[in-house]
Amino acid sequence: MSGSTIVADGLRKRYGDLWAVDGVSFTVGEGEFFGILGPNGAGKTTTLEIVEGLRRPDEGTVLLLGESPWPRNPKLLPRIGVQLQASSFFERLTAREQLETFASLYGVSRGTAADMLELVGLADKANTRENKLSGGQRQRLSIACALIHDPDIVFLDEPTAALDPQARRNLWDVLRAIRERGKTIVYTTHHLDEAEVLCDRVAIMDRGRILAMDPPATLVRGLDAPTHVMVERGLLTVAQATELPGVDEARDDGVSLTLSTRRPAVVLSTLAERGALDGLQVRGATLEDVFLELTGREYRA
Amino acid sequence: MTAFRSLSTAMFKGFFRERTALFFAFLMPLMFLVIFGLIFGNSSGNKTKIGVVGDGPVVTALSQSGALDVQRYDSFDAALQKVRGGDLPAALAVRGNEIELRYAASDTVAAGTVQGVVGAVVDKANLAATGRPPLIRLDSGQVEDSSLSAIQYLTPGILSWGLATSAIFGAALTLVNWRKKQVLRRIRLAPVGTGTVISSRLLVTVGVSVLQAVLFVAVAMTPVFGLKLAGQWWLALPLLVLGSLSFFSIGVLVGSFAKTEEAATGITNVIVLPMAFLSGTFFPLQNAPGWLQAVSQVLPLRHLNDGMVDVLVRGKGIEALALPSAVLIGFTLVVGFAASRVFSWEDS
Repeated sequence: MSGSTIVADGLRKRYGDLWAVDGVSFTVGEGEFFGILGPNGAGKTTTLEIVEGLRRPDEGTVLLLGESPWPRNPKLLPRIGVQLQASSFFERLTAREQLETFASLYGVSRGTAADMLELVGLADKANTRENKLSGGQRQRLSIACALIHDPDIVFLDEPTAALDPQARRNLWDVLRAIRERGKTIVYTTHHLDEAEVLCDRVAIMDRGRILAMDPPATLVRGLDAPTHVMVERGLLTVAQATELPGVDEARDDGVSLTLSTRRPAVVLSTLAERGALDGLQVRGATLEDVFLELTGREYRA
Repeated sequence: MTAFRSLSTAMFKGFFRERTALFFAFLMPLMFLVIFGLIFGNSSGNKTKIGVVGDGPVVTALSQSGALDVQRYDSFDAALQKVRGGDLPAALAVRGNEIELRYAASDTVAAGTVQGVVGAVVDKANLAATGRPPLIRLDSGQVEDSSLSAIQYLTPGILSWGLATSAIFGAALTLVNWRKKQVLRRIRLAPVGTGTVISSRLLVTVGVSVLQAVLFVAVAMTPVFGLKLAGQWWLALPLLVLGSLSFFSIGVLVGSFAKTEEAATGITNVIVLPMAFLSGTFFPLQNAPGWLQAVSQVLPLRHLNDGMVDVLVRGKGIEALALPSAVLIGFTLVVGFAASRVFSWEDS
């Protein structure tokens, strides 16, 4: 791929007897939002650490912007921004002081701190000490610290782990805003739904290997999984529903009537003709179904 | 702002915003000063008492000698009662030119002191009465500065110990905490050199040490404690910096291999406490066995201690800095090198 910002080729890393990363290759283009997904222990963080230049791979090579990140490459450091899993703040400093300190580590003017606080929605917390921030605010501050020097590539390791749903949504807005600034973003998550919403392309990892890598929609479509159409129960009986054209299977769980189909257009128009669309919900396959298909197991973060 | 300045500023702020750290650095040494001041400082409490009835030149001379604690009694019988009861080592009555001294032989030391002092005073009065110059003149005096008291020895010792404690703890805990919270890793990902990180922490250590010393000496110099500094007290400054350096190197070494704050605290205590005792911080080492004194010669605290007493109290000149400085620098180099060998940015 021309303009590849990141090229990882054949990465392997062993801890004891376990290959934490077992032959991982991928490329990320400029301005792309790339997600590495998988359950805990899949090898996401180790992969990220190798790409960031924090760990040396046992095998394989990485090129960031055409340079090798290992051993520590000072030329490359100003061009990458890293948010680590631990929030890595200086003790007892306020949000603004954290940013100013990191700014000076990169030789960036301290004024940038205010911009960053604005970007991550913490302007009103500028004078709050790190230990008084909520989990979501800490994550956003941590991301701001990763962006302070305006890097080309941003690495985020599980930024939404351990956040409540509202905080996660807030963070999504931040991530989208970063993307709009034209940054290349690589991030890991075990929330598959989130990756589906945010990422241009995802790599699904399990046990140190990449099982699939594509835009989320492509992965889901490739599944050939049935679409679920749900309506209020009582509009049709299960028997009637099963008779409908295009319906593979019908189920009544006591609340809703769920129809599985591979021809949703036909099913929906038939239901419409019968005026039986009350409480309609249509659900396609998700990345979790992709994971199930790929591994034969239910997805568990 | 440069990375060095902002890292130092960040650490200074972090330090001054933590009450526990402030307590250990600034108040704890003062607490020890008060405690040891109370234990050793009140030397008049150790004087032998003597009950006195009557008045005259001998009693005046006894009171002025400072060797005995003179207590007035109205009747000799009442005083004797006390002596017999063991509450008073001796009693003395003046009747004109007759002086009657009675003592309790049960306390031989006190009895000897009382007899010696009273005898000397009486002899002197007799000699003066003859109008003749003394045949043999005795010129006695203490070798230390005349203002010397317990506080003069206590201050440098406790101060050195205070510096050692906070410098070693500070450096070790910062390193462990930063490694655990991945601050080290984060700094490693910024274009900042190891030298900048280490030297900014060192600046904080030295800065805190100087502040500790200033506050501690200022308090010790108040009339309550009555410390008097020798003329060239400022010679203590280079010692202070070199001492901080050597303690810093110990802290970095501990922080390099300790994985948790608890481990770092434990290891530091195991180092600091024995070092304090072996260095004669709290009480002198003269009675310790020779091999123990030899061991103490490799300890930085011992030399900081000795050097500080020399320049702060004994009024020695710059030549007194030579040995302590050489040892402190050598110690820093050796331990610093060891630390650089075991140091790691990451936990695993």
